[in-house]
Amino acid sequence: MNTDWSVIVTFMPQLLKGAQMTIFITVVGLCGGMAVGAIAGLMRAYGNWLLNYTAMVYIEVIRGTPIVVQVMFLYFALPVLASIRIDPLTAAMIAIVINAGAYIAEIVRGSLQSISRGLAEAGLALGLPRWKVLVYIVGPLAFRRLIPPLGNQFIISLKDTSLFIVIGVGELTRTGQEIMAANFRAVEIWSAIAIMYLIMTGSLTLLLRFIERRMKIL
Amino acid sequence: MSIIEFRNVSKHFGSLKVLDEVDLAIDRGEVVVLIGPSGSGKSTLLRCINGLETITGGDLVVDELSVLAGNARLREIRQEAGMVFQQFNLFPQLTAVENVAFGPRHVRGVNRTQAREQALALLDKVGLKDQAEQYPDSLSGGQQQRVAIARALAVKPKVMLFDEPTSALDPELKQEVLNVMRTLAEEGMTMVVVTHEMSFARQVGSRLIFMEHGKIAVDGDPREMISSPTNPRLKDFLRHVH
Repeated sequence: MNTDWSVIVTFMPQLLKGAQMTIFITVVGLCGGMAVGAIAGLMRAYGNWLLNYTAMVYIEVIRGTPIVVQVMFLYFALPVLASIRIDPLTAAMIAIVINAGAYIAEIVRGSLQSISRGLAEAGLALGLPRWKVLVYIVGPLAFRRLIPPLGNQFIISLKDTSLFIVIGVGELTRTGQEIMAANFRAVEIWSAIAIMYLIMTGSLTLLLRFIERRMKIL
Repeated sequence: MSIIEFRNVSKHFGSLKVLDEVDLAIDRGEVVVLIGPSGSGKSTLLRCINGLETITGGDLVVDELSVLAGNARLREIRQEAGMVFQQFNLFPQLTAVENVAFGPRHVRGVNRTQAREQALALLDKVGLKDQAEQYPDSLSGGQQQRVAIARALAVKPKVMLFDEPTSALDPELKQEVLNVMRTLAEEGMTMVVVTHEMSFARQVGSRLIFMEHGKIAVDGDPREMISSPTNPRLKDFLRHVH
């Protein structure tokens, strides 16, 4: 077997551009996913039957289908169904938003419901309105419990961006495949890509550990 | 004029009837002790007073406000009726003094410094001035419960509701909580107390209510009821708690 690790250096600018795209999709997708997840999670935890049911259907549909199918649907089926044409990058970001949103919704609901009912009752018994009980008591406590599973979801979503190779978004995996197709340096390129993913997920893990350490779970 | 009035109050949990057409009037300054076997409805009765449980029949009036008059009225009632829980339920992310200042800050709109000053005075009253900056998880159960009493008092209620305040405490810690409650009673606070502490009922209670199957079975003078119970089931109950 002859390997030539110098090809990594040659293609590094291209790979870095791919990694940049991966990070961009992940960050935008997760910001949206957290907003969607917070809303759907609150609907599940505190909504009336209609809001609860709506959120539940959303969560089950998304969790029950592969993300590749979801992004294919957005990119290929939506133009046919509703004449909405979106570019691959937008489709990729929306896919992360709705996909991560569904999982984050369950994380949010679980965290909120894990806070002892007695604490909410103590707040209500003081004469606080429900929203203040949520904002000042249950919310801050639930937030601490949210961080570890949320970190897990961040890592999953980051890696899920590699699946957008199917719609041709120029993220890291797609970039690697294109380089490969030209020079067949499989060992070198895929090793480099694996390490780049590890660096990204590793940094994320360290960041989350840091946040976790600063916030004691109560 | 009663401060708390149950008018034919019922409470159902599904098909289970927990309170069965209860009539009860509590006057200002009374210290009412509620006893009864588990499942007799005593905690539920207490929790109906501040609307933590919603009554399903009749009407319940606290300080001339009906618990059925909507959320805004209910919040007013809750400010008039402080509650102390079996499990203390202190906010774990806040220190003792922050717990006590929380109600005045967020319910009464008192400013931060003033709320803190009042909270320190209340902690002093329950003997915990030195623990003001401690978080609940570094306090003993008895200390936590005294902070919880101070937290409820901070909103300046007219009535205090105690839901088995010493049941989660080791025997040697019960007394410090009961002493605080005794002081409150001596100051003339209207109190409704669910407890199994018969000595407290006898010494501090002005009225004892024995509940059974969601009804008030006996209602009378604590000393009389405990020393010479006439109701056979009360007699049986007292034999078991002593």
